[in-house]
Amino acid sequence: METEVKLTKLASCAGCGAKLGAGTLARMLEGFQTREDPRLIVGYDKSDDASVYLLDENTALIQTTDFFPPIVDDPFLYGRIAAVNAMSDVYAMGGEPKLALNILCAAEGMPEEAIREILRGGYDAAYEAGAIITGGHTIRGAEPIYGLAVSGFVHPKNVLTNSGAKPGDLLILTKPLGIGILTTAAKADMVEKPILNRIYAQMAALNKTARDIMVNYPVHSCTDVTGFSLLGHGFEMAQGSGCTLHIAVDSVPIHREALTFASMGLVPAGAYRNRQYVRGGVKLRRDIPLALQDILYDPQTSGGLLFALPEKDAQGCLRELQDKILHPAIVGYVTEKEDSFICLE
Amino acid sequence: MEKIVDARGMACPLPVVNAKKAAESLSPGDTLIVRVDNEIAVQNLQRFAGHMGFSAAGEKQGETEYTVTMHIGGTEKPRQEPETACAVDARKKGMLVVLSANTMGTGEEKLGKALMKAFVFALTKQDVLPETILCYNTGAYLTCQGADTLEDLKLLESEGVTVLTCGTCLDFYGLKETLAVGGITNMYDIVERMEAAVTIVRP
Repeated sequence: METEVKLTKLASCAGCGAKLGAGTLARMLEGFQTREDPRLIVGYDKSDDASVYLLDENTALIQTTDFFPPIVDDPFLYGRIAAVNAMSDVYAMGGEPKLALNILCAAEGMPEEAIREILRGGYDAAYEAGAIITGGHTIRGAEPIYGLAVSGFVHPKNVLTNSGAKPGDLLILTKPLGIGILTTAAKADMVEKPILNRIYAQMAALNKTARDIMVNYPVHSCTDVTGFSLLGHGFEMAQGSGCTLHIAVDSVPIHREALTFASMGLVPAGAYRNRQYVRGGVKLRRDIPLALQDILYDPQTSGGLLFALPEKDAQGCLRELQDKILHPAIVGYVTEKEDSFICLE
Repeated sequence: MEKIVDARGMACPLPVVNAKKAAESLSPGDTLIVRVDNEIAVQNLQRFAGHMGFSAAGEKQGETEYTVTMHIGGTEKPRQEPETACAVDARKKGMLVVLSANTMGTGEEKLGKALMKAFVFALTKQDVLPETILCYNTGAYLTCQGADTLEDLKLLESEGVTVLTCGTCLDFYGLKETLAVGGITNMYDIVERMEAAVTIVRP
């Protein structure tokens, strides 16, 4: 046996669950002086997935970064998932990642081979995405961290923000929920191998296929579901669009096992923060079991895309997605703003 | 009996894991007190107690001092999970695997059987599983007692894959009493499933 370092044991939070709460972040950034630039199509004020800057009439630059402590013990898989997750924000804007920089923190006790494997995972994902890792920055620190700073491109007319949903749209989600709860349970060694393999494969899968299909449809709005959970990111889409998102809870694809673990109390802190963040913005139209609500607030690492498109196009898009990816689903619809931004039904 | 678990300073999910371990060593009527240092751990412990059917009360005793007191309940089963949700697993909708013989490929029977065993084993290792496995003609042997493919097919079934064997074939080979995994099907169902399939995989 080689020296085995359990990567997740070196981390205090798992994956996107390490994310600072959305409310906290907004408070901290209040009141800073920033420059105005008409070419900045999407900036911080929009709470979107990435910033978008107009270069010329045919090209807009998308920039984003994402990194987190180990969510899995296998270093290659960790690197792959972190890179896939970082590039996802570019796909969520409707673009394609092109250039990336490594962001790496190596913890004490990590063998060189493990660090190399993390990077190999990142390069593997970038290669598949058609992006080039051109450099980066590596430091030593208390906890391992890996991720990418990514630049991508999109035609300015095709930028998909999280604030363009329109009444009458249907909502499609491209990956099932429950990752945060399952990875928390995995830390307690309570998740069986086949289930772990299933969620690892899901986290390691690029949103590229979903994006490539989505851009052939008149999509109004898109985001990716990560640390702020389906309802957190959905809330931002609703708020940004000035609409209400109705979530048909029974249609939302979830990993069945996450329900059991949620009801056992293996709910990550991020889920509680997300619930706090959107509190008041969510209305329950019927009684929804607490465990199921926990999953809707569960922080996802490398989650799927959530996008809004006209009802007449949704079925066709869904069928095309079903041919190429595992569990896409229509999870709700958009109306004019009602008394809450999110309505669970 | 009263047991105290000090889970202060423990990161999620350890307070729940330790509470679970302690609860397993206690009997109905006993009390379990878990000390934790944050509100989230309190809420997770309350979920755990609800799941186990224990009554529980959380109490804040200081800025980073909380206790959750649980009364270990009787023999009632843990609460069932909601069934209504749209649960997913590793199955690919519309993917059908057809096992039309107990051998794979043409050639020596011994090799063919070994290949078929390896094929079914490899199926269990895929990230994506078929929705249905159909067995007919000598493929019926694969789902019956004594088959070396049985354990793998049972594993696939436990992952939600529908395993079906042709009833006529079971009768013809005198296997009906020995069917050991999945259900029995007929020609109409076989035709319908093949027509509805998006992908048919046939070794």
